[in-house]
Amino acid sequence: MAKLSLVHLSAYFGRVKTLKDINLDIPEYNVTAVIGPSGCGKTTLVRCLNRMHEVVRDARVEGEVLLDGENIYAPGVDPVQIRRRVGMVFQKPTPFPTMSIEENVIAGLKLNGSVRNSAQRAEIVERCLRLAALWDEVKDNLGKPGTSLSGGQQQRLCIARALAVEPEVLLMDEPCSSLDPASTARIEELVLELKSQYTIVIVTHNMQQAARASDYTAFLLNGVLIEFGETKQIFTNPKRQETEDYITGRFG
Amino acid sequence: MSSAVGQLSLRYWWRKFKSATMMGATVAATLLTLVPLFWVLGYLLKQGLSGIDLAFFTSLPRPVGEKGGGMGNAVLGTLELVTLATVMAVPLGVSAGLYLTEPGRNGLMANAVRFAADVLMGVPSIVIGIFVYALVVRPMKTFSALAGAIALATMMAPLVVRTTEEAIKLVPLELRESALALGVPRWKTSLFIVVRTAARGIATGILLALARIAGETAPLLFTAFGNQFWSTSLTRPIAALTVQVYTYAISPFPEWHRQAWAGALVLTGMVLIVELSVHMLTGKKVRAPR
Repeated sequence: MAKLSLVHLSAYFGRVKTLKDINLDIPEYNVTAVIGPSGCGKTTLVRCLNRMHEVVRDARVEGEVLLDGENIYAPGVDPVQIRRRVGMVFQKPTPFPTMSIEENVIAGLKLNGSVRNSAQRAEIVERCLRLAALWDEVKDNLGKPGTSLSGGQQQRLCIARALAVEPEVLLMDEPCSSLDPASTARIEELVLELKSQYTIVIVTHNMQQAARASDYTAFLLNGVLIEFGETKQIFTNPKRQETEDYITGRFG
Repeated sequence: MSSAVGQLSLRYWWRKFKSATMMGATVAATLLTLVPLFWVLGYLLKQGLSGIDLAFFTSLPRPVGEKGGGMGNAVLGTLELVTLATVMAVPLGVSAGLYLTEPGRNGLMANAVRFAADVLMGVPSIVIGIFVYALVVRPMKTFSALAGAIALATMMAPLVVRTTEEAIKLVPLELRESALALGVPRWKTSLFIVVRTAARGIATGILLALARIAGETAPLLFTAFGNQFWSTSLTRPIAALTVQVYTYAISPFPEWHRQAWAGALVLTGMVLIVELSVHMLTGKKVRAPR
């Protein structure tokens, strides 16, 4: 079943058309990888799925994105509500520098005004840090600044922070690009664990990562969706010549 | 072979010589800029220290010929004026600075605000004094602490606008986007993530602006006017250290000159304390996200 459906989706920065008429169904409780060379529109694509694209000046979107069948770009839809259902992890880890590890995890809920007592708060912090496979490393230092962690830990902290808002979909924009191989492996394991509860879309430059961690793969080139299918099929038996050229490393 | 080595060592010494010359020039330039600072401070201490005692802070100015007396009312007046000006200028300045940094803002309006702040910063302070005289003193038909504070706030606000803008610009865009992506409304993102992250920089800017206006005389001449008595009333003229120093310094009485030096020293000390707290504030930097 499709959790998210992109219907004739085009995205612009000013006059530049970055995404061209994308049609794509993202299946629920699966990991969908978005691959393609730099500048092909991968990041723009995921940012269209939680209405973050429009945060940039002069950026706009045409077409529809259906979340559980409802268009998130319909007039009257509050982007803030969409972003609570579709969480996001960015390329660089971005813990809030003024907050402790614990405050970082709880930040979304706190700022969204869901006031909770301290027992509930502790429960949420522990659950989310466990989900993000970070609990054992930080449980004795919850009061330390989030920025005191290593890069890989910071990224898992950001994942915990995104999960605390209880989203249905998790968008990950090259979450491992600034991490070392060990941290990358941890995040990939985490992605595989999380897909039973969340629909995950992961942008990656790393072909092996897409092959290892995803169930479906979308290949983008110059803002056009060239091919979409099961990851196994894309990597072993691509239908389009461009896809084959890219995954065999002939360009990009 | 030996000539090659000789050439090499000649070039080596020429390079050493150039380095030493340039180093010497920069050290001399540094000393040259530091000399006036210590000269002024030293002269101020020499001339002013003898005039400072407890009475200077606790008593009123005495009439000419009478010994003793102080500038207690002026110290209090300066504190009141600066506090009032800060209360007026900070909310305005920080809000405007925040406006300038909000992404997606119409560039035309933001540029107009930025330009206005820059122009306002360049307006001679005496002109600001006259402006507030026309705007506040004339309608109220009296010089007042309120008018003085408004004049100082007019000078302070654009400084706060620009320093706030610079401080907020240092907050990475990713941080703002991270908060938005958590479903945090934009206004909360700006206030509780962006401003909070930039808080130290904003506070530094406010203190520097405060130190700057504390030493202003011209905007107060036609507004706060000065007062020889204790007064904290908003609607009456109020004494200020700068104005008092000015009045005493141009008088022909040696006793008043002595007091003017003491006043100048106290004022410099107050500003120095503010500057030092800025230094302490910026000394402990928040670690930026990697």
